[in-house]
Amino acid sequence: MGNVGPHSSLTLEGSEHGYATTRVDALLGWARKYSLFAYPFVTACCGMEFMALTSPRFDLARFGAEAPRFSPRQSDLLWVVGTISQRQGPVLKRVFEQMMEPKWVLAFGTCASSGGFYDNYTTIAGTDKIIPTDVYIPGCPPRPEAVLDGLMLLQDKIARNERRPGVVKPRFDPSRNASGLVQLRRSARDPRDLLSAIAEREDRAGARGHGGAP
Amino acid sequence: MSKDVLDKLKARFGAAILETHSDFGDDTAVVEPGHWKAVCEFVRTEPALDFDMPVDLCGVDYPQRGDAGRMEVVMHLYSVSKAHRIRLKARVGDAEMQGAELESVTSIWPGMDWLEREVFDMSGVRFRGHPDLRRILMYPEFEGHPLQKSYAADKIQPLVKYRTEEEAGVPLGKLEPFGPDEGMSFGRGGAPRVDDGRGLED
Repeated sequence: MGNVGPHSSLTLEGSEHGYATTRVDALLGWARKYSLFAYPFVTACCGMEFMALTSPRFDLARFGAEAPRFSPRQSDLLWVVGTISQRQGPVLKRVFEQMMEPKWVLAFGTCASSGGFYDNYTTIAGTDKIIPTDVYIPGCPPRPEAVLDGLMLLQDKIARNERRPGVVKPRFDPSRNASGLVQLRRSARDPRDLLSAIAEREDRAGARGHGGAP
Repeated sequence: MSKDVLDKLKARFGAAILETHSDFGDDTAVVEPGHWKAVCEFVRTEPALDFDMPVDLCGVDYPQRGDAGRMEVVMHLYSVSKAHRIRLKARVGDAEMQGAELESVTSIWPGMDWLEREVFDMSGVRFRGHPDLRRILMYPEFEGHPLQKSYAADKIQPLVKYRTEEEAGVPLGKLEPFGPDEGMSFGRGGAPRVDDGRGLED
């Protein structure tokens, strides 16, 4: 087999035999990250983006995470897609508790991550208030690419056996890529001309008898 | 056109119609709460009015009115056959929401059932004679009525006890600039009054 370094690859063909060494947890993590069975807990408009994500254009199947299981006992990845109201809190918590270990939670969109602008009497401001959450994907709704980033982040965490929460960063940070944005330009026309034109129009309207209080 | 709706109402009920206006073509009549059901019965059954479609019912809180009918119940009606609309209002309750009651009109429009439950749930107006006056949006354990101005804007009543930051291992509070008041000039002054569930078992 020759001298193979720790990170090189070797293809065995035909009747060739070989072996590889690894750690058990690394092997487990590698196996788990490509066999995520999803439980989609879809409550709101982010579900539309979730449908786009699971359809062929973005193709969640490439990541081994396309099989939905509508029983929490058969799934190990809980997708919380949408706003969670206080009334749904017990349901979400029960679903999470019924899932078998090891299990992960992915907060899809701003509402599931932090409540978003639903800062009121009826909304749970983020799934992490009631269940541990592994990956937060901001966006209202997030683009499918952002969700794929989140899934890859989760797989990376699974492979490294890392349970600290992670947040998906934007691929394109506008604050660092100002040149790529649409630049608003000032009109060639002097804005003071515009103001006087408006005043003239109002004067004409007044002369025709609109709003002419004595 | 539908100024005659208001005229008919005033001719029939006189002083029980406290005030009317037709700003921007929206005819509005403020009804004395004791005559609420009679007025509704009249506009539904009078052939020239024939308001057969209940469009909306909601409560609007005016705490500055004090004891003079703090909660305004607003009803929007439409007549499919006559193609005209009217808005009826009744001002009920004192500053403490005592006496915030109206006669239920579910017997006139069955569709008012859930709308009256919603007004009860959100604003705390009780409808006498309603067949099933329960909360409809909030959960039964919820205390208070969230659309009353006296309900603190940041008060929540979780059904599931929130995790503590020790359990979570990450900060659960909102990051800047999302503080208790978020720069708003109204509603949330002073210390945050969030009942986040951590104190529920004390």
